[in-house]
Amino acid sequence: MKRATILLGLTLALALALAIPRSGEAQSSSVTVIKDATILTISHGTIEHGSVLIRDGKIAEVGKSVNAPAGATIIDAKGQFLMPGIIDCHSHIAIDGSVNEGSISVSSMVDIKDVVNADDIDIYRDLAGGVTAANVLHGSANSIGGKTVVIKLRWGQPADKLIFEGALPGIKFALGENPKRSGGAVLPGVPRRYPDTRMGVEDVIREAFKEAKEYMKSWDDYNRRKAAGEQNLIAPRRDLQLEPLVEVLQGKRYLHSHCYRADEIMMLMRVADEFGFKVRTFQHVLEGYKVAKEIAAHGAGASTFSDWWSYKMEAFDAIPYNAALMTQRGVVVSINSDSAEESRHLNQEAAKTMKYGGMTELEALKMVTLNPAIQLGIDKRVGSIDVGKDADLILYNKHPLSVYAVPQKVWIDGHEYFDRERDIAQRAELEKEKKALIEKEKKAEPGQQRQPGKQGPPRRPPQDGDSPEGMKP
Amino acid sequence: MPAWFVRRLAPGVLVAVCAVAVVAFHSPRSAQAEEPRYFAITNARIIPVSGPPIDGGTVVISNGLITAVGKDVAVPPEAWVIDGKGLTVYPGLIDALTDLGLPSAAPATPPGGGQQNVAALLAAQQGQRQARGPEDRPGTTPWLVAADDLKPNDRRIQTWREAGFTTALAAPSNGIFPGQGSIINLAGEEPGAMVVKAPATLQVNTARTGGFGGGFPSALMGALAYVKQVFIDTAWYAQAQPVYDAHPRGLERPDYDRTERVILAALRRDEPVLVPANNELQIRRMLEMAPEWSSHIVLYGVQEGYATANLIAAKKIPVLVNLRWPEPARDTDPESEDSLRTLRYRDKAPSTPAALAKAGVKFAFYSGGITNPKDILRNAKKSIDAGLSADAALRALTLDAADIFGVSDRLGSIEPGKIANLVITTGDIFSDRTQIKMVFVDGRRFLVREQAPPPQEPGAGGRSGNLTGRWNLIVVSPQGDEQATLEVTQSPDGTLSGSISSRMGTATLTNGSVSDARFTFTFTMTIDAGPTDVSVSGTLEGATLKGTMSFGGGFVMDFTGTRAGGPPGIAMWENEGGRR
Repeated sequence: MKRATILLGLTLALALALAIPRSGEAQSSSVTVIKDATILTISHGTIEHGSVLIRDGKIAEVGKSVNAPAGATIIDAKGQFLMPGIIDCHSHIAIDGSVNEGSISVSSMVDIKDVVNADDIDIYRDLAGGVTAANVLHGSANSIGGKTVVIKLRWGQPADKLIFEGALPGIKFALGENPKRSGGAVLPGVPRRYPDTRMGVEDVIREAFKEAKEYMKSWDDYNRRKAAGEQNLIAPRRDLQLEPLVEVLQGKRYLHSHCYRADEIMMLMRVADEFGFKVRTFQHVLEGYKVAKEIAAHGAGASTFSDWWSYKMEAFDAIPYNAALMTQRGVVVSINSDSAEESRHLNQEAAKTMKYGGMTELEALKMVTLNPAIQLGIDKRVGSIDVGKDADLILYNKHPLSVYAVPQKVWIDGHEYFDRERDIAQRAELEKEKKALIEKEKKAEPGQQRQPGKQGPPRRPPQDGDSPEGMKP
Repeated sequence: MPAWFVRRLAPGVLVAVCAVAVVAFHSPRSAQAEEPRYFAITNARIIPVSGPPIDGGTVVISNGLITAVGKDVAVPPEAWVIDGKGLTVYPGLIDALTDLGLPSAAPATPPGGGQQNVAALLAAQQGQRQARGPEDRPGTTPWLVAADDLKPNDRRIQTWREAGFTTALAAPSNGIFPGQGSIINLAGEEPGAMVVKAPATLQVNTARTGGFGGGFPSALMGALAYVKQVFIDTAWYAQAQPVYDAHPRGLERPDYDRTERVILAALRRDEPVLVPANNELQIRRMLEMAPEWSSHIVLYGVQEGYATANLIAAKKIPVLVNLRWPEPARDTDPESEDSLRTLRYRDKAPSTPAALAKAGVKFAFYSGGITNPKDILRNAKKSIDAGLSADAALRALTLDAADIFGVSDRLGSIEPGKIANLVITTGDIFSDRTQIKMVFVDGRRFLVREQAPPPQEPGAGGRSGNLTGRWNLIVVSPQGDEQATLEVTQSPDGTLSGSISSRMGTATLTNGSVSDARFTFTFTMTIDAGPTDVSVSGTLEGATLKGTMSFGGGFVMDFTGTRAGGPPGIAMWENEGGRR
């Protein structure tokens, strides 16, 4: 019974959060000043009792004092801490339908961008935890997964407005246990999906890039002959599966690879060198500390967990010093969530690198701000509090590396998308609306009973492609 | 066929027996052969939809078409006159997306990983290869045209018709490219006679149904990528094949691909491509994506259209609105509560049509899995209660639906030259108290059985009636109405004797009796290989017989009867007119 009550409470809270009005639109003034805060700029130190001036969604001034024009919205942040919005480099929130197109080993034709779900409550929850941008990835069911997309957590905006404009899209690769298993029990008569081994994973990737190169060549040939004035040519058939791999070869798409073991990390870098592409980030990369120098030499970033391991064989050799050791070898390291729960306290996850590995406060905070921005190629726009960057900011009541820190306000592009006080204030009103709707339905009930009621109509807007949980790391 | 035998039959066998009975009783083309092809409905309120209502007007029908409409229309001498006093005549209603006549449509499987494996297993057992990618064309049968697979004996055709629907888009639904829909009229013994336009629409389905064979695609994003690839391939084929045909020497031959050919032909016919989009997210997605596939997109579902009407209007995309409004689940945990989002959705969904009308979106309604067709109009009424004008609701069920499917030149309104599909009611079609009395499909008249006979009024003649005489019976079989003739003599002691004849032959009545207004009799007729006992019971109401025939104790058909001599049914109208 107690559990049921808790569940009910959770459901209520969820329902309420769902109903938070679309914010950010009501921003009247285009100039906002946050004053008297401890500003953790990440890029150029900490400013005590500092101010930030936001104009047209961008950070216009940062310093001890700013020139606030008349009519600017002034936010008194006395005693509070301002830092850049958190960037989660490995997220599966805001996806409509399954996270995996796991039916085949090369599913590069699918695109997370097609299924961004702007209504996912996890967007709002992440926002309440200070996350302002996320690298939304396909799952790790197959060696070459789907196309990925970087979003800003502009809660209340439609899906196309969530896309981080100008951010290079990516593609998800996966190595090791996930892609080599066929995804559940094998039924009699149903063939297992290739590959079954780590060797097979490598083979799948090599074959795919060989095909992609041939495909690229067929287009090059066609374009050359066409340019030469040849008539009666048939254009190659556009292939949505190979196009993103060509883009990886051309450096127009980032490769984010899920991985655990040092040997497979080395494997992918060798294949990359052979085919002439780069791995942008290794994700999870729990044995990255063993091959940190090689990762740094390749130029790849590493996005890992703070202290999450031993949930499967290939995750047994992990250590909590991983992030720190890779950092010390020159790798750009970020701490990610891969979880819609952990993403809400990535500041605390970052803090753990201070205990394990002796990272400084700045190094720790960078792992959830500037470093993931660099890894995603968006560091010119976000990741630190600098003039000219997007005003993606979190205001904490305590220092963000403290376990007592709770985000009070979160801005994206200068719009206040989350405000803790407003959230709390609106709960009663939303609860009232909910009760009223329930009453209304109950009143309509007698009329409905007249109808034959065996149809079992949908309880919610049908979501096509609802699916089981995506594969965990 | 002895009853004990029937009782011992397995259900499947029983169905087969019933089917035999149906087939045996079914007489191709003859059912309406004696019906007149000329009617004049006079003195009625006519709602043409294409123009203002006409009070005291006349509709003339001949050979399946409307030939004249108006207040001062001459009634041709050959026409059977139906006095429409107190009645309202509407164009036949159109259900804009159904699987009527396609009873073989595979049941939708709820989405989920387990289902996928089951699907995979089934596919394996059936020797199907799991799709390994777009090249295997999973769930892709665009060449299936509903008209080619039509089963006129689908019982729903009659129930829909009796609810006022004379036309439907019947569309295959199984797969990602399930096939092409057809506009059908909801009456006819032969499939070919029912079809108004085929193919009429190209269906696209992105929802995972578990019926895709267990291979690619398994996720929504996979289905979307696949649909994109198919349209890309089709465009490629359109470009490549003519080049190859003109200059084969030195060119690599394009593969033969039925999917590309069929879809290209559909696009060139400018067939509407029907894509699913119910909630705001799906609607926005499809408004972005689908125009790349075809210049002629129609969205269906659209129950969250209240939030997106202006966006849809801006793209000038028509919409089919699912009238099966969301309702609270009935058997839930009493402690569970729906989220505010869900509650809002349920509250606002019926306001979608009003929002669409206001934004200027052209829309039609469809039943979307409603099992009782009377609920279709009830649910349309909910959208009227939520702000839609009754006129707009009627247009959505008639002329606008016809327009969306490119058949407004022949359906959707009461105008000369159009197909004579009419609904005749006792009043406003959206009122709960209105009864549908009669439906015309292709100019053929169908009486509507009343669900519950109204209480007998004194002097209506029920109790004192005598059955003696010759009766024309209309037996409602799943394949349409069948005709039989009953010759009967009622003795003063209440026994009945006589014969019944149909195209099956003539049989002598046995065990006939009348008690109060209820009569019963049996007869034996040869169906398929052996004799089958048919027991009949019914009542005499006014000048009408109503009752049921039970074949071999298993299969039951309703019938009505009128005295022979005049055109069947019309005498009834004259009598009933007095009751009103």
